[in-house]
Amino acid sequence: MSTFIDLYNYWIFIFLMMVGFYIVISQGNLVKKIIGLNIFQTAVFLLYISMGKVKGGTAPIIMAGDVSYSNPLPHVLILTAIVVGVATTALAMALIIRIRKAYGTIEEQDIHEQDASL
Amino acid sequence: MINIILLGFLAVVAIAVAMMRDLFAIVMLFGIYSLLTAGIFVSLDAVDVAFTEAAVGAGISTILILSTLALTSREEKQPTHSFLLPLLVVLVTGATLVYGTLDMPAFSDPEAPVHQHVAPHYLNQAEQETGVPNIVTAVLASYRSYDTMGEVTVIFTAGIAVLLLLSAFRHHEDEASNLNDLSHHPVLRYIARLMIPFILLFALYVQFHGDYGPGGGFQAGVIFAAGFILYGLVVGIDKTRQMFSESKLHWLMASGLLLYIGVGIVSLLLGGEFLNYNVFAADPLKGQHWGIFLVELGVGITVTATMISVFLAFSEVRRSE
Repeated sequence: MSTFIDLYNYWIFIFLMMVGFYIVISQGNLVKKIIGLNIFQTAVFLLYISMGKVKGGTAPIIMAGDVSYSNPLPHVLILTAIVVGVATTALAMALIIRIRKAYGTIEEQDIHEQDASL
Repeated sequence: MINIILLGFLAVVAIAVAMMRDLFAIVMLFGIYSLLTAGIFVSLDAVDVAFTEAAVGAGISTILILSTLALTSREEKQPTHSFLLPLLVVLVTGATLVYGTLDMPAFSDPEAPVHQHVAPHYLNQAEQETGVPNIVTAVLASYRSYDTMGEVTVIFTAGIAVLLLLSAFRHHEDEASNLNDLSHHPVLRYIARLMIPFILLFALYVQFHGDYGPGGGFQAGVIFAAGFILYGLVVGIDKTRQMFSESKLHWLMASGLLLYIGVGIVSLLLGGEFLNYNVFAADPLKGQHWGIFLVELGVGITVTATMISVFLAFSEVRRSE
């Protein structure tokens, strides 16, 4: 039981990560694949941020008095990763639009069939 | 307790995304998912991260995916192959990861190894060394500013790549933009117009108050861009284009990054290491203050300009051949 209370947070992140992974490998629609990848990515963000949490701590902005703070380092890493994430998502969407213009579809299977029939 | 409820919601939304076929609904759910994530970040003390996630996930990336849907198709086709193999792969991977967590330190344990190495130095020394009470800003813009420069470069490069990919399909001036539909809703239009000045003012506050409270260049950049994207949605793409011509945006995208690199080069010329701000003034704290201010400004400019020009590039793609 104590293992569960200590680790349930990580398990939920693993669950979310696996849902994202499942969407990426099982679905044929390219937009949906990217959304799955984003869910996967968010699960990694949550894992990092929750590793930085300290019991009884607060946001790492220095205040007067004897206060305990959560670890700021994961916050920095993930903060920049989120903005990089939206930039790469935009790139993926631009590629999807180009694929649609070239093949007339964004379903993986149809694209493979068109490639095979060439 | 709040944490558990939010995590539960998150799991439900993720499953719904996996099950549903209507891509429009999925994108909306994904926006909710991002907002919930931002809530969890707040409860885990990561206020700066929550800021960014709320503006990016629930705002900008939702709009980008929606405009992709407008250009492609809304419905997903039923996959023909079996679900069993992917499910098996996922279950095995998940089980391996759960097995891996058994060696992890307990959640929120103050004795965990991750809290023993550099974090105590940042928490104890950063205010004396940089004069910035928000440790996240101090680490982002001063201790690890190499890192941040790399991230800004990645954002700039991704923005350029999007513009290159989509520029071949720009529609001509006489065609109507496809995201222009909202301008016919008077209520939306009025409310949004009331909100936009406050969003922009808030972005400025986040930019310049980032040393003392949650905020900084990345957050301000995305909030600023979200304000202008809202403007573009309710007032029209053409009006937004009049405000930001293509060359102006491209110039801004590059100038933010160049400002960042320039700060590093100036610090080299003044005899310090690359991006060592102590040499900017006789008092190292003053030097740090200037360095962090300029670097954050560079980040803010590049992020804002990249997000706005990516949005405009998406909304100006011709709908059909």
